[in-house]
Amino acid sequence: MSTMNFHLRLWKQKCASDKGEFIKIHATEIPSECSFLEMLDIVNNRLTREGKEPVSFASDCREGICGTCHMVINGVPQGPGRGAACQVYMRKFENGQPITVEPFRVGAFPIVKDLVVNRSAYDRIIRSGGFISEHTGGAPDASTSLIPKPVADAAMDAAACIGCGACAAACPNSSPMLFVGAKVTHLGLLPQGQAERKSRARNMVRTMQEEGFGNCSNYYACEAVCPANVPASVIAMLNREYIRGEVSEAIGAID
Amino acid sequence: MTRPATPSKATKKSCACCIPLLSSPIGRKWIVALTGIALILFVIGHLLGNLSIFAGPDAMNAYAAFLKSTGELLWVVRIVLLTCVALHIWFTITLWRENLAARPQKYAEKNDLGITVYARLMRISGLTVLAFVLYHLAQFTWEAFNPEYKTWVDVQGRYDVYRMVVTAFSCPFVSAFYVLAVGLLGMHLSHGIASLFQTLGLTTEKLRPVFEKGGLIIAWIIFLGFASIPTAVLLHLVKLPSSLPTCPFCQ
Repeated sequence: MSTMNFHLRLWKQKCASDKGEFIKIHATEIPSECSFLEMLDIVNNRLTREGKEPVSFASDCREGICGTCHMVINGVPQGPGRGAACQVYMRKFENGQPITVEPFRVGAFPIVKDLVVNRSAYDRIIRSGGFISEHTGGAPDASTSLIPKPVADAAMDAAACIGCGACAAACPNSSPMLFVGAKVTHLGLLPQGQAERKSRARNMVRTMQEEGFGNCSNYYACEAVCPANVPASVIAMLNREYIRGEVSEAIGAID
Repeated sequence: MTRPATPSKATKKSCACCIPLLSSPIGRKWIVALTGIALILFVIGHLLGNLSIFAGPDAMNAYAAFLKSTGELLWVVRIVLLTCVALHIWFTITLWRENLAARPQKYAEKNDLGITVYARLMRISGLTVLAFVLYHLAQFTWEAFNPEYKTWVDVQGRYDVYRMVVTAFSCPFVSAFYVLAVGLLGMHLSHGIASLFQTLGLTTEKLRPVFEKGGLIIAWIIFLGFASIPTAVLLHLVKLPSSLPTCPFCQ
């Protein structure tokens, strides 16, 4: 088992109001098979043994599907390569490479501690429109609603979003439009999402603005880092859906 | 386990105006895109008109006389264009201010994440083009720097626009600023053209590369078209009919 050494620069910040600073750690004898989060675990264990406070970071499933882990590794939200930060492996780095780990820098995601930010703003966006109304009771047959394959595929591509916040973190404007677009596309394309379709984009965009997120400048940095490969065409769909909803509301059109 | 602090809701009220389209992020972007289309159409029309210089003094002066003869229509077009410029800039600035506020702390480690240089330079290229347009109007429309332009007429008694343009571009500094400005205009358009389709919701995964390449190609054509005029003047491919004096500053 080969081991590697890294020059780490990790962000330490006590709370949202604390100024925060980088701490430098020379991480030695890191097994090359380690994932990035396991490397941080090793570093934190050593810090704890030395009587120092470990660096807080968020993680849950560690298999790239839950969207809990969030950090910016060398300027890339969720780190190099596809997948969330938990899918980054130390063998992707050069031995002795300096690695900077920062929290997401998004005004609407206040820092809780160190690398952990509070992404509840995304939950509030979902609450304002990222849902469907459905009957309770027995589940209908899967084939009750006919959905053309390309539509189902496009909806599934958008539904892949894990809500991790990397899009807003990557965007120079801190815009979450890839996330909002993914939800609007996913629900708007399917028959189950039609009841709220007109109001969905309007409500989600309004919440997005109230939370203090920025606006899309079509930079496509979000698409470049998205761990779920959500395409930026969902933003085009959001733009379309929003104007449709807003114009229908303004002129009093039902359909 | 630390409880996550409740983030303070943004207290800043979005634009006080009551029309949601004009205060929403997407509504304002639509206005920027739609006014952008009008301005692109103007730029293309202006380029086609300017290229009449290659057809000689008579063609260019006749084209200029035709524009002047449209009278009220010319003023309608001017007012529409001015409104488009004002809306395009105003809504961009309001969006930009919100974007700046949305990222209070910058990243320590920079990474461009695949963002094109054209997209990054949109504000600088746009504002430089604005400054150039004001200079351009002062030079050729208001004739503020060279009042003698007003007195130049050709043999048919029309404004001698041809002589004015060739004289002005004979000065390498004037030509250099012009080429720089149309270069930045090209950069602005290469992102702008592809971007407006995305903003208007017309982009699909299949179409985006088409719009991006198309925007780049149109931007290059517009740049080369405009830049060809001072280049031709400096290379003496386009010159004054007689030995009229050129830029007094340079000679």
